Amino acid sequence: MKYMLLIYNNPAALEALPKAELDAVMSDVDAIMQELNESGEWVGGEALADPSNTKTVRVRDGAPAVTDGPFVEAKEQFAGYCIFECESLERAVEIATRWPDARFAAVEIRALMEQAGTEM
Amino acid sequence: MRTEAGVEDLLRQMAPQVLGALVRRYGHFDACEDAVQEALLAAAVQWPEDGLPERPRAWLVTVASRRLTDALRSDEARRRREDTTAARIPPDELLAPAPAESGRAETDDTLTLLFLCCHPALTPASQIALTLRAVGGLTTTEIARAFLVPEATMAQRISRAKQTIKTAGATFEMPPEPDRGERLGVVLHVLYLIFNEGYTTTSGADLVRSQLTGEAIRLTRAVHRLLPDDGEVAGLLALMFLTDGRRPARTGPEGELIPLAEQDRSRWDQASIRAGTALVTNALTDAPLGPYQLQAAIAAVHAEAARAEDTDWRQIAALYDVLARLAPSPVVTLNQAVAVAMVRGPQAGLDLLATLDGDDRMAEHHRLDGVRAHLLEMAGDRAAARESFRVAARRTTSLPERRYLERRAARLA
Repeated sequence: MKYMLLIYNNPAALEALPKAELDAVMSDVDAIMQELNESGEWVGGEALADPSNTKTVRVRDGAPAVTDGPFVEAKEQFAGYCIFECESLERAVEIATRWPDARFAAVEIRALMEQAGTEM
Repeated sequence: MRTEAGVEDLLRQMAPQVLGALVRRYGHFDACEDAVQEALLAAAVQWPEDGLPERPRAWLVTVASRRLTDALRSDEARRRREDTTAARIPPDELLAPAPAESGRAETDDTLTLLFLCCHPALTPASQIALTLRAVGGLTTTEIARAFLVPEATMAQRISRAKQTIKTAGATFEMPPEPDRGERLGVVLHVLYLIFNEGYTTTSGADLVRSQLTGEAIRLTRAVHRLLPDDGEVAGLLALMFLTDGRRPARTGPEGELIPLAEQDRSRWDQASIRAGTALVTNALTDAPLGPYQLQAAIAAVHAEAARAEDTDWRQIAALYDVLARLAPSPVVTLNQAVAVAMVRGPQAGLDLLATLDGDDRMAEHHRLDGVRAHLLEMAGDRAAARESFRVAARRTTSLPERRYLERRAARLA
């Protein structure tokens, strides 16, 4: 089963973290990513640039409106994602629990839609 | 001159034999497996261009041995002794079975390899990947493409799997007799999973993936040749033939799923269905009963009905009854409920489904809601049926299933 881990964080709160703590966060991320790579569960993922680089685009009655900043105005912002394939939802939850942003903000586990299907 | 496809078939056939020959001689399953893979790749490039070597298998063994030597040489000095041995042994000697072994050693290697690749210490995903590469002779690229993951991920999964069985102390030999039945069960399950990965493909673009059914059938056929008296091996092969026979009719032009009851049965592959029916009929007569045989028998009963309304549901319900006793599982109950509803009416089916409500394995599964929706529709409760179809549509993670379930819900609006 493939899952996407949606990672949310609060950029302001992260900036305020002491350097040692920030380093610990980064090394936690490195450790999980290395584990996922070695186990053959890692499928892909990217980190997103700071939300201040965001444009939100809306089209109404055919007319586009482009505004600065994210779609949802909140302290916690979508910061990146990773996709992994693992044996069970329990394993996915275990990975999510160890992702450091789960301690500060939240991470979401979403099942990916498949093209395969069984007739009923 | 052989076509490229011919060369590929030949290479896949020989892959487990060449690997078996190397491992029996040198041990080092993981290093041998890499060496054989490299030899197969070299052959896939050279043979279509230069023509087949006179003795293709000996060619592969020679090249693989050389690659193994190179790999071991680049390793530590303590392996130097084995290197020189590897370089000196002529391929014929490698291919000849050792005196203690039976004359069928080469083909039996396929079975030994399957047992090794489907080692219980591995996760199903790793068992599948390793089986397809070491026994099926597929490249990492092909396997990665079939499972829609990056090649690096698949390569890592395979090397990790080899590491795991090494750590578990597995060796290249048949499992001891008392464990063999259970271990064969794991092998059959892995082959079944490979088949299913291919069978459930609905989009034409996933060609590599859909070819997995053919690969699963080829490997199961090989096991059936080696264990002709095993009823469950025959049962699984029969189930694959019968299921695959319906493939031309199971999806519409846009990849949409067509349920069994609505399939155009003239599009079924009758040769495949006949082969499956014959296999399961023989197995049921000659061998002790097992779950794969029963599932194949159920598929055969479906297949013999010229129209959906001619289906002998009484016989299907009786077979599910036996299956539920022999190998009870929520999925069996689910299918049994449909058969029971067709024989004794929708309420009887719904009552059986209700027994799954407290089952954690099934509680949030979309198929439970899907079957309930069908039975509610049969019972004439359109509103409840529609709601169940909607719940099922939200719960499935399969796009074609969601579209099908939404369509059914919309029909009841």
